[in-house]
Amino acid sequence: MGATLDPCLWCEEVLQPYLDRELSESERAQAQAHLDECDDCARRYRFEENLRLLVRQAAPEKMPPELKQKLAALRTPLL
Amino acid sequence: MADSQGTQGREIATEARDRVRFEEEALELADQVYRVARRLVRTKEEAEDLMQETYARAFRSWRSFTPGTNLRAWLLRILTNLNIDRGRRQQRTPDMQPMEEGDYFLYNRLEEATPERTDEERVIERLSQDDIVSALSSVPHDFRDAIVLVDIGDFSYQEAAQILDVPVGTIMSRLHRGRRILKQQLAETTVGER
Repeated sequence: MGATLDPCLWCEEVLQPYLDRELSESERAQAQAHLDECDDCARRYRFEENLRLLVRQAAPEKMPPELKQKLAALRTPLL
Repeated sequence: MADSQGTQGREIATEARDRVRFEEEALELADQVYRVARRLVRTKEEAEDLMQETYARAFRSWRSFTPGTNLRAWLLRILTNLNIDRGRRQQRTPDMQPMEEGDYFLYNRLEEATPERTDEERVIERLSQDDIVSALSSVPHDFRDAIVLVDIGDFSYQEAAQILDVPVGTIMSRLHRGRRILKQQLAETTVGER
């Protein structure tokens, strides 16, 4: 983190890679340390985490069983 | 002669066994591939067509899969390529104005609009599953593909880059812009234009 950068601004910058688990160990620890002491950032991070969860759940449909059968029928016949 | 026939027979049997194993493993992943496919395209019918084309191609070209590598990513690479080939991408990515606001934009907008500001749980309650689905479908294709692969498909940036055949930096910028567009849409549908 740049010495002059406000820790809240820095946290906002690394929010996405943090939630995508793409931060390095040390960056993650640094973000975590700030989140432990800054309730405003922690609340926003939790919100983003919940938003991710909602996006993930936006594809709840199970594959129709007929489609599964159609895919299985595409296999090469054994003989 | 008999020996060479025997060797040939064994090779055929080995290949048949490898192929069957490949097909079984690919079919086991079908539910996961479908979840991603379903959000890459607009309708259920399109997703089903795309799945059938993907599996037909995968079964035909199973020899080009390297065992031990990520089969789900391999299948999704076929699927995303087919999706592009089928001209579902005719819609050019609109040159959307980049949002000046930061990543906390949606939270801030919802918090402002939530009476008796409390905690983030009250704020998230303002978003419904339908809002998310509809906002996601309005995100332009290139950005949506990145979001769907990373958020729904649970792929890393590196894997998403390989699937879409673009540099990792492109995935990161598409995610960044795509998520902001998603939030912009959500803000508009839930609290209206400012």
